[in-house]
Amino acid sequence: MIAAQDRKLALWNIAVAYIAFLIGTLMGLLQVFIRNDALNLPSWLDYYQILTAHGVLLALIFTTYFIFGFFITGMSKSLGSFGPKVRLWSWIGFAVTTIGTVLATIMIVSGEASVLYTFYAPLKASGWYYVGLALFVVGTWISSFALVGHYLVWRRLNRGQLSPLFAFMTVTTIIMWIIACLGVVATVLFQYIPWAFGWVDTINVELSRSLFWYFGHPLVYFWLLPAYMAWYVIVPKLIGVKVFSDSLARLAFVLFILFSIPVGFHHQLTEPGISNFWKFLQVVLTFMVIIPSLMTAFSMFANFELAGRKKGGQGLFGWFTKLPWKDVRFTSIFVAMAFFIPGGAGGIINASFQLNEIVHNTLWIVGHFHITVGTPVAMTFMGLTFWLIPYLTGRKFSKVMQKLGFIQIITWTIGMLLMSTSQHILGLLGAPRRTAYSGYNNHPSALEWFDGILTNHVTMAIGGSILFLSAMILIYIVVMSMFLSPKAEREEDFVEFPMAESDKENTPKWLENWWIWIGIAFALIIIAYAIPLTDMIHHAPPGSEGFKTW
Amino acid sequence: MHLHKYEKIWLGFGIVSLIVFLSIVGVSAFANNHTPSGGMETIDPKKVNETAPFDKPGVTQLDDDTYQVAIVAMAFGYTAPELKVPVGKEIIFKLTSTDVVHSFTIDNTKVNMMVVPGQITTKSYTFDKPGKYLILCNEYCGSGHHFMFTEIEVY
Repeated sequence: MIAAQDRKLALWNIAVAYIAFLIGTLMGLLQVFIRNDALNLPSWLDYYQILTAHGVLLALIFTTYFIFGFFITGMSKSLGSFGPKVRLWSWIGFAVTTIGTVLATIMIVSGEASVLYTFYAPLKASGWYYVGLALFVVGTWISSFALVGHYLVWRRLNRGQLSPLFAFMTVTTIIMWIIACLGVVATVLFQYIPWAFGWVDTINVELSRSLFWYFGHPLVYFWLLPAYMAWYVIVPKLIGVKVFSDSLARLAFVLFILFSIPVGFHHQLTEPGISNFWKFLQVVLTFMVIIPSLMTAFSMFANFELAGRKKGGQGLFGWFTKLPWKDVRFTSIFVAMAFFIPGGAGGIINASFQLNEIVHNTLWIVGHFHITVGTPVAMTFMGLTFWLIPYLTGRKFSKVMQKLGFIQIITWTIGMLLMSTSQHILGLLGAPRRTAYSGYNNHPSALEWFDGILTNHVTMAIGGSILFLSAMILIYIVVMSMFLSPKAEREEDFVEFPMAESDKENTPKWLENWWIWIGIAFALIIIAYAIPLTDMIHHAPPGSEGFKTW
Repeated sequence: MHLHKYEKIWLGFGIVSLIVFLSIVGVSAFANNHTPSGGMETIDPKKVNETAPFDKPGVTQLDDDTYQVAIVAMAFGYTAPELKVPVGKEIIFKLTSTDVVHSFTIDNTKVNMMVVPGQITTKSYTFDKPGKYLILCNEYCGSGHHFMFTEIEVY
C-alpha cells in the first residue's frame, strides 16, 4: 500500500469526482424528460442551466478529479511516496481547482452563466464564471507540476534510467494538458475576463472561438489518455501478461502530444473566418492520431490473444473465451474498449471536412461523445473505481460488490446503447443538439425525426433512465468502498493495484527526451495556427459587445 | 524498437487507408469544390442593417442561373421576408448575426452554416427537390434557442 498521506490526497480527488458525477448524472436524467415534454421545470430553473451543469460537471469536473486521483495513486506506487513539497503543492492544486469549481457552479446555478461549457462569446456570463474557469485550470496546473516535480526527483535519483511506464504516461498526459490549456488561458485571461467585467467593450469572437478549440480538442485526449493508461498498464496485469511492447506504448503516447493539439479547426469546419486551406490542413493533422490509435488497438488484442492462449485457448478465436470475464475489473474495461470502436469511427466521420456539414451540431454529436467520453472513458474509470477506492481505503471489495459492479456496467451498456443509437440516428435525420423540447411549431420534418422505432422520445428517455439507475448503483459502490465496507484484515482480502510489468531493456532512451516532443509539438502548432490566428487579429471586424440572451 | 510482422501489416494497411481517405476528401473539396460553408468577409456587427446585402435581406436574382439569399440571424429568429427559391438553380446563401453566434441549418440538405457576428458566412447550394424546408438554429443562442426557426419554399 502507498503512504497514508498520498492515499488521503487521492481519495479526496476521487470523492469530489463522484460528487460531480452524482449531480451531473441527475442533470442528465432531467434533460431526457424535459426533451420529451414529460417534465416542466420550476420557473427559477431552465433547461440550459441544467445542460450547462451536466456538461461541466461530467465532462470537466468528474473526469479531471478522477484523473488526478488515479495519477496520484499510480505515481506514488510506481515512483515511491511523495515528498513534503509534492504533497503540499498537490493540496494547493486541489484547493485552487476546487475553489474554481465551486465558483463556476454557483454562477451556473444562480443563472448567471447559462453559456454551456463551451461558453462561446458574445454570450456573456458573469465575470466570476470565467474567473472560476481560470482558477480551475490553474489549479490543475499546480497539481500537474507537483506530479512532474515528483517525477524529476525520481529521475535525479535514477540517472540514465527510463521511468516506469505509468510515470512516463502520466508525464506525457500532463505535458499535453499544459500545452493545450495555453489556448483557453489566453482567451479567458486576455479576452473574456476584461470584457465580462467591463474593462473593455468588445471581444474578437472568431479569435476566442479558435483559442477555445485549440484547447477543446486536446481536452478530449486529456480524458482519453488516462483511460489508455489503464488499457496499457492495468489490463495486462488483470489478464496475466506483461505490457505487449514497452517501446510502442511509449511511442503511441508521445504521438498524442504531437497530434492532439494542432487540430482544433476541425470543430470549426462550417464557420467563417478560417480559410479552407487551414481547415483542411488541420483535418489532415487530426487524422494522424489514427496511427497511435491503431497501435493501441493492436497491442490490446495482441495481449488478449497472448493471455487467452497462455490459459489454453485453442484455434483462431478460442483464446477469446479464456479471458477473465468474471472479473468485473476486466470486463468493464473490455466493454469500454468495444464502445470506442464505433466511437472512433464516428470521430473520423465528424472530422472529415465537408462531411462535417451533415452532422455538425446535430444530435449525432451528442451520441458521439456519449460513446467516447461517456462510455470508453467513463466506463474505464468505473472499472478502475472498483479496485482503486478499496485499495486506497484498505477495505474489502466483496462478492456482493462484484455482482453489483456487473449490474452497474451492464445497465450502463444497455442505457448507453439505447440512448446513443437513438441520438446518432436523430442527428442524421437533422435533429439539432443543445435544444430544449421543440416541435418547431409542429413542422412535418421535425415530427418525422421522432417517428422511428429507435428515434422516438421514449427510447431516449428509457436509455437515460437506465443510465441514471446505473449511476446510482455506482455511487452506492463508491460510498461503500469509501466508508462502509469491512476493513481488509487477512492478506488475501486486500485489494491490489494491478500494475503490469513492462520490459524496457529494448526501449530507446530518446523516447523519454521530452524536449524533442515538446519541440515538435510547438513546431506543428506554429505551422497549423500562426498564420490563421494572426489573420484573425489583423483582419478582425469591429468586436462584439456582450449579450445575455437567457 | 521491435515491430511484430502482423503489426507492420496492420499499421501499413491503416496508413494506406488513411492516405486514400484523405486524398478522396481533398480532391472532392478542392477539385470538385465541395467545401463546407465559410468565407473570409467581415462586417461591423452593429451596422449590419445598413450594410449591403443585409440592408435588403431576402432573395435577389443575380443572373439566369444564380440567386443570392441574404439573411440576418438574431436572437431568436431570422430577418428574411418570404423565402422562395427555384429548384435546380444555384442559391448563394449569405448570413451574418447582429448579436450572438447562431446557425442557419436547412433540414434535409447540406446547408449547415455557423453564423458568427462580425463575419459573413457563405454557402452555395442547389436544391433538387421542390417543397417547404425547415430552417433552424442548431447553435445554442439563449433561452429561446429552440424557438428559432423559419421556412424556405423551393418551387
